[in-house]
Amino acid sequence: MFRRLSEAEAPVAITVDGRPIRARTGDTVAAALLAAGIDRCRTTPVSGAPRAPYCLMGVCFECLVAIDGVGSRQACLVPVRDGMVVETQHGRREAGR
Amino acid sequence: MRAAELDPAYDLVVIGGGPAGLAAASLAARAGLRTVLFDENPDLGGQIYRAIATTPVKDRALLGSDYWRGEALLADARASGAVIATGATVWSLDARRVVGVSIAGATRLVEARRVIVATGALERPFPIPGWTLPGVMTAGGAQTLFKGQGLVPAGRTVLAGTGPLLWLLAAQLLRAGGRIEALIDTTPRANWMRAAPHLVDFLLSPYWGKGLRLLREVRARVPVLRADRLAAAGDDRLREVAFALDGQERRLPADLLLLHQGIVPNVNLAMAAGIEHRWNDRRLCFEPVLDADFATALPGIAVVGDGAGVAGATAAVERGRIAAIAAVRALQPDAAAPDAQAVRQHLSREEAGRAFLDCLYRPAEALRLPKGDTLVCRCEEVTAADVLRMAEIGVEGPNQMKAFLRCGMGPCQGRLCGLTVTELIARRRGTTPEEVGYYRLRPPVKPVTVGELASIPISDSERRAVER
Amino acid sequence: MSGHAASDYDVAVVGGGLVGVATAWGLAREGCRVAVLDEGDRAVRASRGNFALVWVQSKGLGLPAYAAWTLRSSEAWAGFARTLREETGLDVCFQRPGGFHLALSERELEDRSATLKRLHNQPGIVDYKTEILDHAAVAKMLPDIGREVVGGSYCPYDGHVNSLRLFRTLHVALHARGVTYLPNHRVDAIERQGGEFRLLTAQAEIRAARVVLAAGNANMRLAPMVGLSAPMRPERGQIVVTERLRPFLNYPVVTLRQTDEGTVMIGDSKEESTDPAGLTLGVGGTEAERAVRMFPLLANVNVVRTWSAIRVMTGDGFPIYDESESHPGAFTVCCHSGVTLAANHALTVAPMIAHGTLDTSLLGPFSARRFDVPAPV
Repeated sequence: MFRRLSEAEAPVAITVDGRPIRARTGDTVAAALLAAGIDRCRTTPVSGAPRAPYCLMGVCFECLVAIDGVGSRQACLVPVRDGMVVETQHGRREAGR
Repeated sequence: MRAAELDPAYDLVVIGGGPAGLAAASLAARAGLRTVLFDENPDLGGQIYRAIATTPVKDRALLGSDYWRGEALLADARASGAVIATGATVWSLDARRVVGVSIAGATRLVEARRVIVATGALERPFPIPGWTLPGVMTAGGAQTLFKGQGLVPAGRTVLAGTGPLLWLLAAQLLRAGGRIEALIDTTPRANWMRAAPHLVDFLLSPYWGKGLRLLREVRARVPVLRADRLAAAGDDRLREVAFALDGQERRLPADLLLLHQGIVPNVNLAMAAGIEHRWNDRRLCFEPVLDADFATALPGIAVVGDGAGVAGATAAVERGRIAAIAAVRALQPDAAAPDAQAVRQHLSREEAGRAFLDCLYRPAEALRLPKGDTLVCRCEEVTAADVLRMAEIGVEGPNQMKAFLRCGMGPCQGRLCGLTVTELIARRRGTTPEEVGYYRLRPPVKPVTVGELASIPISDSERRAVER
Repeated sequence: MSGHAASDYDVAVVGGGLVGVATAWGLAREGCRVAVLDEGDRAVRASRGNFALVWVQSKGLGLPAYAAWTLRSSEAWAGFARTLREETGLDVCFQRPGGFHLALSERELEDRSATLKRLHNQPGIVDYKTEILDHAAVAKMLPDIGREVVGGSYCPYDGHVNSLRLFRTLHVALHARGVTYLPNHRVDAIERQGGEFRLLTAQAEIRAARVVLAAGNANMRLAPMVGLSAPMRPERGQIVVTERLRPFLNYPVVTLRQTDEGTVMIGDSKEESTDPAGLTLGVGGTEAERAVRMFPLLANVNVVRTWSAIRVMTGDGFPIYDESESHPGAFTVCCHSGVTLAANHALTVAPMIAHGTLDTSLLGPFSARRFDVPAPV
C-alpha cells in the first residue's frame, strides 16, 4: 500500500507476530506496519472484524497492537525501537498482558 | 522528559504542540511566565506541522512553503525557555486548572495558574458503507505518513471527499511521484451559491491564489470525478470504491481509499473540563464558547487554535498569541508583552477569508448521515439502523442513545461518532443539533491505566468516600 | 412534538428510569393503558450509572423485611430475564453465580464479619447463607486475587446483569406493548380532580386514573403533591470502566465486576455532592488503587471512561412503597436497588397497583410513615 520515498534513515529491527520487519528510525509502529504491507493490525473485541490504522493521529484507536507484551497500545503514537516485539491484537485484550 | 521531572505547578500549562500551542508557549515563556507545553506525539508540530523537525521529506518543494513555516515556529518555542514535554498525554483538566498528564506510563497531576487548550482538530467522521475496512483511511492520516515517514501510497489510490486538504494532499503525493487513480469530489453543487457572498473576502485573503494553483496542479494529472454517494466495498479489506452521481453508479478497483470531508474541533478535553460548547451550523460542529481573548467561562482557561473553530494554521498562531498575551497580562502585568491589537487585525483577515471555504466545502448531508448497516460507532460497532430504531422508541438524545447502544463508550469516546449520532437524532426529531446536544464527556479523555489512576495523590476525604 | 393532547390512561408512571419502566412493563402486562413521563437526555439518571448488581448480601440490616423482599426478587430474576428475552429477543445476560465482598485488611474482614453477624441475628431475618472465607478459599473461586486480599464474604444468591441492556430492553418492550413514552415531560404539578389525576408538564397535561411516582430522588418533590412523603438523601457515586478484556472474573465482587462485554467496572464511592457531571479524581484514584490490590493483573489495563451518577437514596436506604390515603390511586415506588428489585417491581408491585392497592402484608414495612417522628413527650 505504501512505499518509502527515502531509504536514508537508519534501519530499526522489529518483529511483528514473530516476523522480522525492517523499520526505519522515525517510524511510528503504525507507519512501520503499513510500510511493510501489513494492512491489518487487530480484530475488534466486538465482532472480530479486521481493522487497520485509520487516522494516524491518536484519535481513532484502530491501530491498537501489543508492544513488548503490553496490549492496546496506539501504534501511531509509539516510535519504533530496535528489538521491539509487536503483536496483532485479536479481539479482547487479555488482562495482565 | 520524565513525569517525575515535572514541577507540581506552573504559571501556564499549554496543552498541544501544534501552531497555536507553540506560539502561545513561546510568547508566554519569553514574557517570563513559567510555562510547560505538553504534546502526546513523539515530536512537535501538531497535525499541520507534523514532523517539522524530523521529516525525511527533505525536498522542500514536495511539502510546500506553508508547511515549512512551521520550522521557525518550532525553533522559536524551543528557544523560548518554555519546558517542553513530548510523549505527554493530557488526560484530565478541571475547572480548578489541575492537569492530569501521563508520560511513559507515569501520571502526574500538575497545577496551573493559567491553561491554554490547543488540542486542535480532527477529521470529521465520514461514515460511508465499508469505512472500517483495512485499506480505508483518512486523507490526514496519509498526509501524516508522508510528512512523518516519507511514505507514499504505492497501489491503486483513490481520494474522496471535499475540502482543501484533499487537494493539498493530492498535490503533495503527485509531486513525490505517487500515482492517484482518481479524486472523487463530493462537494455539493449547491455550495457554490452559498459560498458566493463570501467570495470577495476570499479573494482578498491569501487563500485563493494558493487554492487555484493547487486545483490546477491536481486536475492536470488526476481524473476528478464528482459524486453524491460513496461506499468502500470489499470482503476483509478494500477492493473497490463504489460511487454515484445523480443515480449513475461506477466502481473503481482500489487498494487505498483516502477520505476527507473537513476537520472539526477535538472537543473531548474541553468538554470534559466543563467548557460550554455551542453548535455552529455553518461549520456543522460544536465549538467552545469564548470571549475575545479566547477565554472560556472557566477562570484562567482558554481554548485556541482549530479547537476554537477551524481557521487554519496562521489563525491558530495568532489565537495562541492573543491568549498568551492575556495570560501574561493577568499573571505578570508589568512584563513586556506584544500588543494584541496588531495580532487581532491579522486574525480577522484570516478568519474572514475562511467563510468562503466553510460554505464551499460544507459536506453533504447524505455523507454525514449514514443509513442501514453502515457503522456509526466504529469502536462499539453500532449501525445507523440501530440508532434510528432507538430514536423511534423515544430516545431523544445522545446520552440515552449511548446508554442503550454503547455508541460513544469505546476508547475514542465519541470522536468518530459523536457528531453523526447528534445529527442523526436531530434529523429524526426535526430539531437542531444545538437542542439535541452531545455526549457528556469526562476524564480520562485518553486512556490511562488502572495503575496510573491509582497512583495519583489521594486526599483523606477522597479515600473515605470509598473506604467506608 | 409539541401540542400533545390530553389523553386518558389507566396509570401514569412518573419517571422513565429502571424503577419506572419495570413497573410500567408490569402494568402493561396486566392490561393497563400506561403512560411513562420522563425528563430529557441530560436528566440525572441513576439508571445510567449503577453497578448492575442483583445483590442480596448485606441487605436488611435495620429492616429484616428488606432482606426477604430482596431475596424474593433475586429468586424471580431469572424468570424475569427469560420473559424479557422471549418478548424482545434481547438478552440482558443475568447471571447468578454468587458474589463477593472482599476485604483488603484484617480490620475490613472483621468489620464485615461483624456486620453480617448483626444482620443475621435480627429476628425474622431470612438466611441467605453468606459465609466468611479466608484468602485461600477466595482464591479457589477468584484465582487472580492479590495477596493483599485477606478474605471476604460470599453469598450464593448474589448476581449481576447488563443493566444498560436491561434499561434498553424494558424501553423496547414498553414500545412494543403500546405504552406511551413521553420524554421531556417533567412533571411540575399533580392535581386530583373528578376521580382522576392531572399531571401538569410544560408540554401537555396528562390525565390518568392512577399515578405512580417512580422518579427517584425527584419523588421528594412530587410525593407531597399526592399526600405522600418521600424523604431522600441523594449522594454521588463514581465508577471507573476499563477496556474490554477476555473473561477472567467469574463472580461479581460488590466493588468490581466484569461485564458480559468484557469491560471491568470498578466502584464504589459515596460523596455528598449532587452534581452528576462532576468527578473527583482522587475518588477514582482510590477505587483504582483498591482494584489493583484486589486484582493485580488490572494494573496495566486501560481505563477508557469514568462515570458518576446520583444514587436514589431514601432517608434510611430502604425502599419506599406507599399508597396515598388523601389521594386514592397515587403510589410511590422508590428505592436504591432498581436493578435488584426490578423483578419485584415488574412482577409483584405492578400487579398490586393494577388491581388497585398495595399488599401491606408484604410492603407495609416500606411505607414512608416509618419516617414520621413521634411528637416529643
